[in-house]
Amino acid sequence: MRRIISILMENEAGALSRIVGLFSQRGYNIDSLTVAPTDDETLSRLTLTTAGDEGTIEQITKQLNKLVEVVKLVDLTEGAHLERELMLIKLKASGAQRAEIKRTVDIFRGQIVDVSMSMYTVQLAGTSSKLDAFIEAVGDVSILELSRTGVTGIGRGEKILSL
Amino acid sequence: MELLSGAEMLIRSLEEEGIDIIFGYPGGAALHIYDAIFQQDAVQHILVRHEQAAVHMADGYARSTGKTGSVLVTSGPGATNTITGIATAYMDSIPLVIISGQVQSHLIGEDAFQETDMVGVSRPIVKHSFLVKKAEDIPEVIKKAYYIASTGRPGPVVVDIPKDLTHPANTFEFQYPQKVKMRSYAPITRGHTGQIKKAVDLIFSAKKPVIYSGGGVILDDASAHLTELARTLNIPVTNTLMGLGAYPGTDKQFLGMLGMHGTYEANNAMHYSDLILAIGARFDDRVTNDPQQFCPDARVIHIDIDPASIAKTIAVDVPIVGPVAQVLTDMLALIKQSKESMDKKALDSWWQEIDTWRSRNCLQYKTDDSDKMKPQQVIETLYKVTKGEAYVTSDVGQHQMFTAMYYKFDRPRQWINSGGLGTMGFGLPAAMGVCFAHPGTDVACVTGEGSIQMNIQELSTCLQYDLPVKIINVNNQSLGMVKQWQDMQYDKRHSHSYMDSLPDFVKLAEAYGHVGMKVDKFEDLESSMIKAFAMKEKLVFMDIYVDPNEHVYPMASPGGSMKDMILSKTERT
Repeated sequence: MRRIISILMENEAGALSRIVGLFSQRGYNIDSLTVAPTDDETLSRLTLTTAGDEGTIEQITKQLNKLVEVVKLVDLTEGAHLERELMLIKLKASGAQRAEIKRTVDIFRGQIVDVSMSMYTVQLAGTSSKLDAFIEAVGDVSILELSRTGVTGIGRGEKILSL
Repeated sequence: MELLSGAEMLIRSLEEEGIDIIFGYPGGAALHIYDAIFQQDAVQHILVRHEQAAVHMADGYARSTGKTGSVLVTSGPGATNTITGIATAYMDSIPLVIISGQVQSHLIGEDAFQETDMVGVSRPIVKHSFLVKKAEDIPEVIKKAYYIASTGRPGPVVVDIPKDLTHPANTFEFQYPQKVKMRSYAPITRGHTGQIKKAVDLIFSAKKPVIYSGGGVILDDASAHLTELARTLNIPVTNTLMGLGAYPGTDKQFLGMLGMHGTYEANNAMHYSDLILAIGARFDDRVTNDPQQFCPDARVIHIDIDPASIAKTIAVDVPIVGPVAQVLTDMLALIKQSKESMDKKALDSWWQEIDTWRSRNCLQYKTDDSDKMKPQQVIETLYKVTKGEAYVTSDVGQHQMFTAMYYKFDRPRQWINSGGLGTMGFGLPAAMGVCFAHPGTDVACVTGEGSIQMNIQELSTCLQYDLPVKIINVNNQSLGMVKQWQDMQYDKRHSHSYMDSLPDFVKLAEAYGHVGMKVDKFEDLESSMIKAFAMKEKLVFMDIYVDPNEHVYPMASPGGSMKDMILSKTERT
């Protein structure tokens, strides 16, 4: 099962490599990973998506919690949560294709952020599955380049991940 | 306030931490530190011959005392040579602090001479590590390092210090922190009362209970608690390889070791039990055999300080995360208050069942199938000669298993071996660490002609510091455990498992300034061993020739359940 794990960790050199190393060392998968500082400059927030059965996920969270630099973590998928991913995608757009792609971008509520004679660069935010759906809709043939940020997320409502 | 250099602050910090001995080897990046060591005498430095051995010595020191062991090495090869030692300590949860010199800060990343990313190289095998950035941070980092290494589930911590930070020209106000507080590291100090209550209820309802206890009991100094619990309830006890000595090996409630080379009674008691009380043990694959077939009727209570050890391989009914000693204290209090008691009738018939397994006498071995001495005889004689009281370290292989099975350890911290990593070359330096910690006591290193050659250079260190280790070299002229598996699973194709051109160990020991003895007849064994142990001041290397074809039995039948065992070359369960 797909999980989104959000981690508050000490903003120190080496902390990220410990987390990533843990996954490769113990044979867990990371499907996506985003990391950036938070409003508290001593902390970074790392969000990763992974998959596994319940036992594996339990081990992953326990092992992560053992890392000295991990201050707090939450499995967002355990409760109601918001998840977003940002994608920049360069699409071939010439002739009749141009209007069709524009329509698709509008349907997905994306934005065209760069234009040339033969291509559009589209910015699209949403859940990973929405991004997947857009990619499917425009079709492989028109994709020139694609860059996704990986998932970031936050719990819904009053639940707060902080110290 | 005193002004000290980074190097001086480091050594003063060790002193403040109560460290009186550090094992190490100098080199370029550590020279400022070594100069600071030269100018003081609070911290004794022990010069080894190879950095791996320094870590094993600190490890043996730590295992035999419960204190944190300390190591000092230089950058590059000095640091990488410690890796096997660190991994050994990590697998067995031994508290160590390894201080490594690093190239100067401005050279890091430039492939400088003797540069290695020590924090990176050691990352998967440390509890934590620090690359010190500023000299002012040294006292705090050292405080944190010893705190992390010794609390919670113990483990090795690496502190990497660039050379410029220890330069004598730069001095700082020194103050050693009295306390340490880390928001992201707070070891659990109490087990959950509700869970302990649940466990007690489950224990009282059990008809066939067994205590399965491991190294965690020794690490938390909880042997007395374990013993009291077992005796109060009259429950049988089995220990893991790491847990031997945590419960008296000569006690009538003790079933022997369990697992891969566990006794017939211990493995059967596990398999047929209806309640396993696991204490400071981690359901290692060498214990469980096939986890799918593990103890089908047993409910499991698991006490461990590390939540990640719980339900890792085996499902648990009542998990209790907490320090073993405290949890057992609470448990005993509840048991004594309780109006309930064990089902005596059920327990009596359980003991009868166990006694039938015991009567199989699984540790019996043949002495008439070869004209050579048997390795088991060596260990039994060692037990007899040392009255069961020596500190015994071992290397890895058949001799290790024979020692675990035939030397009955009555005290915790008496048996010292590399259980998790299985590091050949561990035994001699570990024994040396024990000698430093317990001068004047008998320290035996049971080894083999394969293992001993992996750190034999330390015979030189033994001479320098007068360490009277008794080396019991169980010489079967082959890598016995490898050969045993090849006999059993590879149709006796002995691929690279025999030791050609062995040195003359007697001469070798003499060349290093020690006493060498060769024994190849059982009749001579006991008298020679008595002679060896009578030489209190001397290291004696006993090269004892044994039957090269002996196997270690019982042995778990691979891929089976715990009751599936091979009992001899011709018998299976």
